[in-house]
Amino acid sequence: MATSPAELTATPASDGPATLKAKGAAPGTGRRDHQPIWKRTPYLIVLALATVLFTYPFLWLISASFKPRTDVFDNALIPHHWRAANFADVWHYGSMLTWLGNSAMVGIAAATTVTISSAIVAFGFAYFRFPGRNVLFGLVLATMMLPSAVTMIPIYLIWSKVGLTGTQVPLWAQNIFGSAFYIFLLRQFFLSLPRELFEAARVDGCSFFGLFWRIALPLARPALAIVFIFEIQASWNDLLKPLIYLQNTALFTMPRGLKSIIDTFGNGGEHHWEIISAASLIATIPMIVIFAFAQRHIIDGIATTGRKG
Amino acid sequence: MAALTTVIGRRSGGRRSANRRETRAAYGFIGLWMVGFLVFTLGPMIASLVLSFTDYNAISSPHNVGTANYRQLMSDPKVSKALSNTLIYAVMYVPVAMAVALCLALLLNRVGRASGFFRTIFYLPVMTPPVAAGALFLLLLNGNQGLLNSTLHLVGINGPNWTTDTAWVKPGLAITMLWGVGGMVVIYLAALRQVPKELYEAASLDGAGAWMRFRRVTLPMISGALFFTLIVQTISALQMFDQAYTMFFGGQQNSTYSNDAALFYVIYLFQQGFSFLHMGYASALAWLLFVVIMIITAIQVRVSRRFVYYEGERD
Repeated sequence: MATSPAELTATPASDGPATLKAKGAAPGTGRRDHQPIWKRTPYLIVLALATVLFTYPFLWLISASFKPRTDVFDNALIPHHWRAANFADVWHYGSMLTWLGNSAMVGIAAATTVTISSAIVAFGFAYFRFPGRNVLFGLVLATMMLPSAVTMIPIYLIWSKVGLTGTQVPLWAQNIFGSAFYIFLLRQFFLSLPRELFEAARVDGCSFFGLFWRIALPLARPALAIVFIFEIQASWNDLLKPLIYLQNTALFTMPRGLKSIIDTFGNGGEHHWEIISAASLIATIPMIVIFAFAQRHIIDGIATTGRKG
Repeated sequence: MAALTTVIGRRSGGRRSANRRETRAAYGFIGLWMVGFLVFTLGPMIASLVLSFTDYNAISSPHNVGTANYRQLMSDPKVSKALSNTLIYAVMYVPVAMAVALCLALLLNRVGRASGFFRTIFYLPVMTPPVAAGALFLLLLNGNQGLLNSTLHLVGINGPNWTTDTAWVKPGLAITMLWGVGGMVVIYLAALRQVPKELYEAASLDGAGAWMRFRRVTLPMISGALFFTLIVQTISALQMFDQAYTMFFGGQQNSTYSNDAALFYVIYLFQQGFSFLHMGYASALAWLLFVVIMIITAIQVRVSRRFVYYEGERD
């Protein structure tokens, strides 16, 4: 059990740090550019078709969220009748602004804590040689294999014991102790830093914490950014934990709030699909904005670490 | 196994005796994780195992019921339903997703600089929150008026009721998930770009055609990435929750969709644990899932070992 996760994560990440550091595009980009355009055209046509398949649902969603209730299923890309009031309705029925704010706060808390804590632990595993290191790191990797369902109930009981169920704390507080995947990712990065850097600082009297804080962390900024963005996304998408821990709608995060809108206006409810469309669009936009700004970090991160994907 | 030793063993080569100060400092850094591991992983694992032998219901204190929960598992028709749903879905989704992603990545690898644009397009759906994607596909897959069936209608196919017909709910979910295949495309494309060009040239000189080059060069060289995604995608497919729950459970579960076709294992576990507060039983369910995942992963590792090529293994 301890070895298999290492095997599976080590492979795509074996050259990870090098690529993480690289400022430019991934190595090999465009190396087939010398192929004449007519040779590439058939591929481009197939890809263009695939592009339609992948983007059409988005366009459909945007369009549906501007349609009146009766037109949602007319499948016209340009609404026959525009109804921007859907968004006002969503705002009215659900506390969208509150949920967006809650998700942002939980996401930032989750991402900040997990980035700092995982970096600390990763540095411990990367820089020091100490007895028990390999066993413990194997354990870190092994925890990645554990289905969250196994610990879900006892962790709920812990939060219930300290009286924090019904608050947003359980959605992020575990991150204070680091997270296995990010520890692995950051350790790989720290290992790629030249050791002489740290030796020299040691000679100059730098403390161990100084090595981490003043040398390793500043250099690790690209890797830290990846961890931060991944966790923001993971937190923004999480449905299960808010379902378990939150009852008060004022504390709902965006996915939990969206789910309640789907429950109210969907099949079991009033069939206001235009409202569901508008709410889904609102829930998605922040992630698209993040992607627009951090695309390279995200793509590089996926390519080199093979996060779930 | 070789990969493990190369990753972990890299720095310990010298193995100078670590001095005590350094050890203490090291544990200062990793202590954070160790506390978290004890409190949020090891402790809960033990607690969950213990709970699985009790009738704990979150209200009264737990009583030991021996193996009753596990015996109940065996006879609970919902368990076998949930388990078979989950396995069928995984078998349906994972290979198709891998094939689709590989095809797209192969295409991207052919178009030079334009690949950046398409890669972005394919990745965008991955950024869509699962709940939003679930809602969206509930509409697109609507049997009467949905986009998919309307499109199929144009070519003379009468599409099934993806969201209500028990036989088509799982394929419908697989389609929903396929929309998010872009993450795998990125992984495969990165792997394809690592394949040394000389190998293709050498293969061509030896008279290998396109198919042969794909079989004998490309596939072995990216087998690591394929293996990795197989394991990770299978594990996550077996824990399917977000989309299925969004589309078929919650407020709507007692109305239109009373069927069990979308009852996935983790959904049933969640219902048992947090709706019915059968926490002892849910703990037993969780351990069964863990065992199932371990067995499937072990089989995949064992079978794949023959096919996976690691560059590091030469030394």
